[in-house]
Amino acid sequence: MLITRLASLTLAGAVALSPLTATAQDGEAAIEAREGAMNVLGLSLGTIGGMAKGDVEYDADAATAAAENLAAIASLNLGPLFPEGTSSDDVEDSRALPAVWTEWDEFQSQWDDLGAAADGLVDVAADGQEGLGAALGPIGQACGSCHRQFRQSN
Amino acid sequence: MKKLLLAALLIALIVVAGGLWLIRTNTLAPDATASLDGDADAGALIFAAGGCASCHGTEGGSEEERLVLAGGHAIDSDFGTFYTPNISPSEAGIGAWSLEEFANAMVRGVSPEGQHYYPAFPYVAYSRMELQDVADLWAYMQTLPESDTASRPHDLPFPFNMRRGLGLWKLRYMPDGWVMTGEDSPERGRYLVEAVAHCGECHTPRDELGGLITVDWLGGAPNPSGEGSIPNITPGALDWSAEDIAYYLESGFTPDFDTAGGSMVDVIHGTSQLPADDRQAIADYVKAVPAVE
Repeated sequence: MLITRLASLTLAGAVALSPLTATAQDGEAAIEAREGAMNVLGLSLGTIGGMAKGDVEYDADAATAAAENLAAIASLNLGPLFPEGTSSDDVEDSRALPAVWTEWDEFQSQWDDLGAAADGLVDVAADGQEGLGAALGPIGQACGSCHRQFRQSN
Repeated sequence: MKKLLLAALLIALIVVAGGLWLIRTNTLAPDATASLDGDADAGALIFAAGGCASCHGTEGGSEEERLVLAGGHAIDSDFGTFYTPNISPSEAGIGAWSLEEFANAMVRGVSPEGQHYYPAFPYVAYSRMELQDVADLWAYMQTLPESDTASRPHDLPFPFNMRRGLGLWKLRYMPDGWVMTGEDSPERGRYLVEAVAHCGECHTPRDELGGLITVDWLGGAPNPSGEGSIPNITPGALDWSAEDIAYYLESGFTPDFDTAGGSMVDVIHGTSQLPADDRQAIADYVKAVPAVE
């Protein structure tokens, strides 16, 4: 009895100190980091979308700043943001479907599509309000098709 | 005694005949589509609004592949798994059909062989469509690529594999009008939402027999294709403005600049191709439906 108890205590101690736990914490940090990256995308799109819709007055500097931030996020390397063991099956508050890892090349290629669309937006951001809507189209498509395939529904 | 037996037999026969008559396939009048001339360009918009490619096009395919309507998508349900058929204009699809046969499939849920379709094919909604729009859609679909992929049979256990029983289901659930009635119902939006775009098929909960619970119209439902749920889009839960909704249907962006996910991405692929007035009409209708709390 005592031995069993000792053994389980030792086991618990080993788990607490093992690299496995460190990995789980890194995983949590990666999830927070990628959600932060998505929030920057949302913030930037909000600025440009508001101008495209006419809700906010067009401002070339603000539009360019937002577009460049968007393109900067879209150029991040995905690897460190999506370590193994952080799918929706592994972690409760993750919405990244396991397909992210089983179809990594496709995931990467969709992210590249976003990068290309974001560069297109940077190109026209300073040229006036009229071009914003059209440049947002491919970005919406890139977001949507990636979310369709790789993000868990609410 | 013999007389009594005979009478009982006669009554039984009448009941059976009456029953068979009740669950018969109820087709359109033979000349219903005779005078119609389909316009393929108008049909392309019906095709986009209806999102036909979402279920019948090549899954995850390019723009061109999406228009190859080979079917084969699995639709899971409480009754078994349905597989969407090939509806391309080929021998393996619906290439040999007439417009009349296509119209009976769309608005009555009846196949050219005179069998009932399962309501996984949303003819409950399409039953409200104008036949001219059906003819336009038909004309457009003739222009799409052919696929010789054979349609996969549904995988349904007894008794759901008995198509005749669907006659009873139709008696109970085939609508005879609009869900939202009354003067304040935006007509164009209602037509798009309740008929062509068949929004209620996913956004409205179903009863144990798979019929739509129309008192909870657009009030949200479990996701038929797995985890999560389809949201309530009535004013009881959705506080977006009509402009927000219209913009979402155009761009896929929510007011917070998150985006649609799941099968809604395909829906928006279609609605983004519609005239802006139609997206606005859908939005106005969604704002006007009774709130489901």
